[in-house]
Amino acid sequence: MYTFLFAFLVGGIICVIGQLLMDVAKLTPAHTLSTLVVLGAILDGFGLYEPLIDFAGAGATIPITSFGNALTHGALAEAEKHGLVGVLTGMFEVTSSGISAAIIFGFIGALIFRSKGKVD
Amino acid sequence: MKQQQYKTIEQQITPATPYVLNAFKAFVVGGLICVIGQAIAFFYMIFFDFTEKTVGNPTVATMIFISMILTGFGLYRKLGQFAGAGSAVPVTGFGNAVISAAIEHKTEGLVLGVGSNMFKLAGSVIVFGTVSAFFVALIKTLLVMMGVLQW
Amino acid sequence: MVILFQTKPSLLAGAAIVGPLESRSVFRSYFDVVAEDELFQEKTNERGQSRLITDTCQLVMDKAQIKNLDVDYFLSGDLVNQMTPTNFAARELAVSFIGLFSACATSVSSVIIASLLTELGASQLAIAGSSSHHNATERQFRYPVDYGAQKPATAQWTVTAAGYTLVGKYNPEFPYVVAATVGKVVDFNDTDPFHMGGAMAPAAYETITTHLKQRKQKIYDYDMIMTGDLGNIGLKLVKAMLAQDGISNDELKLIRDAGAEYYGEDKSFLAGASGAGCSASVFFSYVLSQFKTGRYKRVLLVATGALLSPLSFQQGESIPCTAHAIEIAMN
Repeated sequence: MYTFLFAFLVGGIICVIGQLLMDVAKLTPAHTLSTLVVLGAILDGFGLYEPLIDFAGAGATIPITSFGNALTHGALAEAEKHGLVGVLTGMFEVTSSGISAAIIFGFIGALIFRSKGKVD
Repeated sequence: MKQQQYKTIEQQITPATPYVLNAFKAFVVGGLICVIGQAIAFFYMIFFDFTEKTVGNPTVATMIFISMILTGFGLYRKLGQFAGAGSAVPVTGFGNAVISAAIEHKTEGLVLGVGSNMFKLAGSVIVFGTVSAFFVALIKTLLVMMGVLQW
Repeated sequence: MVILFQTKPSLLAGAAIVGPLESRSVFRSYFDVVAEDELFQEKTNERGQSRLITDTCQLVMDKAQIKNLDVDYFLSGDLVNQMTPTNFAARELAVSFIGLFSACATSVSSVIIASLLTELGASQLAIAGSSSHHNATERQFRYPVDYGAQKPATAQWTVTAAGYTLVGKYNPEFPYVVAATVGKVVDFNDTDPFHMGGAMAPAAYETITTHLKQRKQKIYDYDMIMTGDLGNIGLKLVKAMLAQDGISNDELKLIRDAGAEYYGEDKSFLAGASGAGCSASVFFSYVLSQFKTGRYKRVLLVATGALLSPLSFQQGESIPCTAHAIEIAMN
């Protein structure tokens, strides 16, 4: 049960950081998400993101920061085994699902849906 | 009217951004999306053969599938207007960025339209994620090789 | 630069066609047609906008009981790259065509050029006006329509609408163009494309004050001054600027904005309507009809435009704006 609570809190906090980047620092969504992804990569460099995942589960794996973490983690895992060349080969082993899913569902979505101008 | 004078007037009249309210909405919606992701992860772990380490992949794919449905029916847009970063920061926001661009550019055909423009919004996330991961991993690996750090 | 028209070029007909969402406009009873299909039975948004333009121009010609062969010039533009919808509409209309880009101020700048051609004797009948399409414009300048970006309270809604008018020789039964002010480009370093009102207000202020000063007029000489699409906040800004010059509150009440009024009190549209079709659809339907009923004798129409491009925004530039004005009167 606590997993759900921590997932809610940590996920929420990461989103608040994003909201502040957009509202206070006046960054565009693209700038904000890029910043968060870099943050995730740096945190994994310091070995701090994996413990966050153990603690908060989906609260750390669902925000876009986990993308940066996964890329770095994969690179480091391969580097540990195969040296420097592992930095390049390891990166995409762990994150392929996110990008593949986005591409495939984006394509399918484009086949099925049509954009309509609706006001909210 | 000088620019300085105008800026003062503009600041007085332009409505202020509701910082606290926006942060609160982002917190709640972002947290809820993560909770849903956690539930989906548990579902895969219980009913299929996934472990905590491997459940990330199908969870993320499922979340992006859900964002495709919500985007296609114009619902993710409504969520985004309400929640701001709460819907943009989770991986579903990434899916929404890719899928909305793909849908919109259908009119230019599948190759020049959908194919070329799909990553119009989300491409920078992939680029910066990859580049920063490369440098972080490179620096850390070099430091380990020099004996400054350990794995 | 203020131009005085000696031959009084007249606005012999006006028409406006809008998209389905604009049925929520307070001006809907003045629009000639509220379409049900935002694509106007075409396959893409841009083609739909082309159809919107040709249909509106056809309506103008029908009202004046003329054919396209009778028209000397078609002067228009829109917000899409290279004004694609207008170019393709011009192909259908088969009238001598000059494309004009003043962003959302094209509704007035096209009338100014048409009036000059009429004054010169080079044109007997010219169609002038502009249009915009919500989906086509959002894709160009901001985000895909289905993207979940959070728009601030200062954002405006680009309308799907077209407004066109027929400019011809003086006819006492119709309103005529007395004078016009061609705006300068004003840039007070605003950079936020979601706050166009703030960027455009200084340009509107500049054009209004120039026109009044050179014509030696006061705001009281007009039944109303209507700006194109400053929106709720931009309108407040221009009024605040004029108030600082000593303009009284009673005079400020005569200043209205088509964009701010477009959707009435409906908060879903945030700060109001915008787009090249916003000013055009209101000016060439509602305003012209008020002249017909005798409610207005003299108005100043000030269309505002933001001259940014997606590229200029990406390159970190500010938003330069302009405003063009025409003084319309009727005996």
